[in-house]
Amino acid sequence: MIQFIDVHKWYGEFHVLQGINLSVEKQERIVICGPSGSGKSTLIRCINRLEEHQRGRIIVDGIELTNNIKNIEKIRAEVGMVFQHFNLFPHLTIVQNLSLGPVWVRKTPKKEAEETAMYYLEKVHIAEQARKYPGQLSGGQQQRVAIARSLCMNPKVMLFDEPTSALDPEMIKEVLDVMIELAQEGMTMIVVTHEMGFAKSVAHRVLFMDFGKIVEGNTPEEFFSNPQHERTKLFLSQILH
Amino acid sequence: MLKPPRASIGVIGWIRNNLFNGMLNSILTILTLFLLWQFVPPLFRWAFIDSAWHTTGQACRDAAGACWSVISINYRFILFGFYPYEEQWRPFLAMLILFGLLFYTRDRTRWKKPLAYGWIIGLFVMGFLMIGGLFGLKPVESTQWGGLPLTLLLSVFGLTAAYPLGVILALGRRSKMPGIKVLCIIYIELIRGVPLISLLFMSSIILPLFLPEGITINKILRAQVAIIMFTAAYIAEVVRGGLQGMSRGQYEAAESIGLNYYLTMRLVILPQALKIVIPPTVSQLISAFKDTSLVVIIALFDVLKTTQSVLSNPEWMGFSREAYVFLAILYFLGCFSMSNYSRKLEKELSRGD
Repeated sequence: MIQFIDVHKWYGEFHVLQGINLSVEKQERIVICGPSGSGKSTLIRCINRLEEHQRGRIIVDGIELTNNIKNIEKIRAEVGMVFQHFNLFPHLTIVQNLSLGPVWVRKTPKKEAEETAMYYLEKVHIAEQARKYPGQLSGGQQQRVAIARSLCMNPKVMLFDEPTSALDPEMIKEVLDVMIELAQEGMTMIVVTHEMGFAKSVAHRVLFMDFGKIVEGNTPEEFFSNPQHERTKLFLSQILH
Repeated sequence: MLKPPRASIGVIGWIRNNLFNGMLNSILTILTLFLLWQFVPPLFRWAFIDSAWHTTGQACRDAAGACWSVISINYRFILFGFYPYEEQWRPFLAMLILFGLLFYTRDRTRWKKPLAYGWIIGLFVMGFLMIGGLFGLKPVESTQWGGLPLTLLLSVFGLTAAYPLGVILALGRRSKMPGIKVLCIIYIELIRGVPLISLLFMSSIILPLFLPEGITINKILRAQVAIIMFTAAYIAEVVRGGLQGMSRGQYEAAESIGLNYYLTMRLVILPQALKIVIPPTVSQLISAFKDTSLVVIIALFDVLKTTQSVLSNPEWMGFSREAYVFLAILYFLGCFSMSNYSRKLEKELSRGD
C-alpha cells in the first residue's frame, strides 16, 4: 500500500529524515512515536506530499510521488489526513466542510454528497451539529468532524498527525473512541501519537523514531514489554512514568 | 427589591454620567452648548429660511440666505453636461437602470445566474441609450457625455473591474512561479509609485503619441483604463494582507482532500481572506470613487466639472458655496451607501465566527 525506500529529507541544513525504509500493508495499523523533532510528523506528511522528500522513493497505492501534480492530487484524494489543529474551514457549516471534497474533487452530486456527509457524521456521533459552524463546536467535536471530513472522500489510508495533542484532557477519549471504531472496521491507519493505550489496543506495529531514523519497530506487546534499544527504553520510561 | 439610586438611571442619570461627571466635563459641555447655540440657528436660517430656491441669479443676489437656485435652475447641465438637451432622458433612463440593478443586487441571495444575465442585458441597454444610432435614436458622440452619468460610468466600471484584477495581482504576487511573481510586483510597485493624475495624463497625452496615425482610442475609455489600473494595484496590496493572515493549516487541509490550487483559492482561502479585508477594501473603493473627479484635468466633464462650469457663467458667479454643498451631498450619498453596504455584508458573512 505505502512504501518508503531510503527516503531522505532536509530542512535547509537539517537532516530531518535519514534513510527511511518502511512498508505499510493494506489494513495495517501503525503507530509512530518519538520525541519532538524526531521527524515523525514529517514522515507522514511526505505520504500526501504536504512535505517534499529529496532523495529515495515513496510509492502510494502503486503511484510514485514525483513533481507530477496530477499524480499528487490523485494520491491526496485517496489519502485522508487529520491534523493536530483540526483545520476545519471556519466559513463553512459542518456539512459543507464534509461535502466540499466529494463535490469538487469526486464530482459527486451535491445531494448525494450531503447524504454521505450525514452518514459519516452519524458515525462520529455528531450528526446533530451538521448545520453549525466549526467555531461553535468544542475541540473534541471539531476533531471528530475533521475525521468525518476525511472519511467522506472514502480514503484508502488515513493519516493522523497528533490528533489528540491539542485537545483538553476530557475530550481525548471521544476522539480516540472514534479512531478505535475506525480501526475495527479495517481502515489502513498511520497514527503519530503518544497515546500508548491506543497503540496497545489497535496497532499492529509500533515504530519509534529518533533523529530522523526509525530506531525500532515491533508489535505493541514486544515493543512495550521488551524494548531493544536504550533510546526506546528511555523514551518509554519518560512517557509511561 | 433594592432599586438602583435614582440619579444613576434614566435620562438624568445618563446626563450626569456622561456630560457633568466632574469639573472639566461640565465646563466642556456648557462651552459646546454655547457654540452650538451660536452657530446652528444662523446656519439653519441661511440654508432654509432666507434662501432662494428657484429664482434668477439676480433675485438670488438680493436674498440674504443661500442661493439654491444655482442648482435648481441649472440642474440639467450639472447632471448631464453637454449631452443634447432634448435627448437627456436617455442618460437619465440609463442611470435609473443602473440604480435599479445596483439596488436589486444588494441582496446576496439573489447572486445567481439570472442576475448575471440581467446585468449583461442592462449594460447593453445602457450603452445603447447613451450611444444611440439605432431604432431612430440620434447618435451621441462620447465627447458629449458628461455630468453624473460620466462619474457613475467611471466609478462603477472602474471599481468592478479593478477588484477582480486586484485579487489576481495579489495571488500573482504570492505565486511560486518566479516570472509571474516578478511581473506582479513590478506592476504593483510601478503603479503605486505614481499619482493617479500622472497616469491620467499619460493615458490621454503620451499614449496617443505612440499610436499610429489615424488611430485614436476613446478618451473616456483611456481614463477608465487608467482608473482601473491604479485602483487594482491598491486593492492587490489590501488583498495580499488578507492572504497573509490565513494559516498554513487551511491550505494543507484543502490540499489534503485533493483540491487543486484553483479550487483551494476559490473555495477555501479567498472567501476567508477577502472577508477579513472588507473594511480596508471599501476604504480603497471609496477613495477611488472620489478620485474619479480627477478626470477634469484631461478635460472630461464629470459632475464636478459641470458644476464648476455653471459657476463660471456670469449670472451664477459667486455661488460656489451652494454648488459645493450640493456636490458634497452627492458624493457623500455615494460613499455612505458603499460603507453602509459593506457593514451589512460584513455582518452577514461573520456568521461563522
